[in-house]
Amino acid sequence: MSNDTAETRSVVVEREIAYPPEKIWRALTQSHLIEEWLMTNDFKPIVGHRFNLRGDWGGVLDCEVLAVEPNRTLSYTWNFAHDDAAYNLQSVVTFTLTRTRTGTHLRMEQSGFRPDQKQAHGGAKAGWQQFFAKLEQVLARTE
Amino acid sequence: MSKAHDVLFRSLADPTRRAIFERLCREGEKTVGALTARAGVSQPVVSKHLGILKQAGLVRGRHVGRQTHYSAQLRALAPLIDWTRQMAGFWENRFNDLEDLLKRMDQ
Repeated sequence: MSNDTAETRSVVVEREIAYPPEKIWRALTQSHLIEEWLMTNDFKPIVGHRFNLRGDWGGVLDCEVLAVEPNRTLSYTWNFAHDDAAYNLQSVVTFTLTRTRTGTHLRMEQSGFRPDQKQAHGGAKAGWQQFFAKLEQVLARTE
Repeated sequence: MSKAHDVLFRSLADPTRRAIFERLCREGEKTVGALTARAGVSQPVVSKHLGILKQAGLVRGRHVGRQTHYSAQLRALAPLIDWTRQMAGFWENRFNDLEDLLKRMDQ
């Protein structure tokens, strides 16, 4: 499922999981467990902690913990810095855990490409973001 | 990211080139001369940008006598629109691995 607007593009993935939130929380917040399903990392569940996620492909994501509410919400930045503005990605990933009768409803939202983020990165990047906004208008008209 | 994406992203990363492409999207078919009139760069530069857009499949040229009329090919943008779909696919796969891990944590 995806939800696009002119200001931000976001991806939402949701899943019903047959385990309680406490157990999923451990998999989301313990470094050695995160490594097993996401990427190698130096994560700590402390707001303001900066860490890296390292992908198999050699890419390194710059992250900072934004919110930690045990067994309920975890949020961190998910940024990929690249000299080429086209590859730059600045986004925020938020996991939300909701207890259900059978386990947990796990929701992941990744939102990015917000024009108000880090304008200091330069005109090229801002141009790219504006382009996305315009592109969607163009496509809306041609559909 | 695939090679096709590389070409597409690179071709649209340049602001002048993007402006040319956006103008073709908005105003329809144009000759190099008409594009140069408002591009703020020389005709050879516009031609070079059009060549790169053509390679990416974003622009098509149609010969009319001695002139070439260029038009935007919106279909070539499809891979960009798929960004959210690709990220969703990435997270679906990660969630599969997460569920496998949760099962192993049981034992």
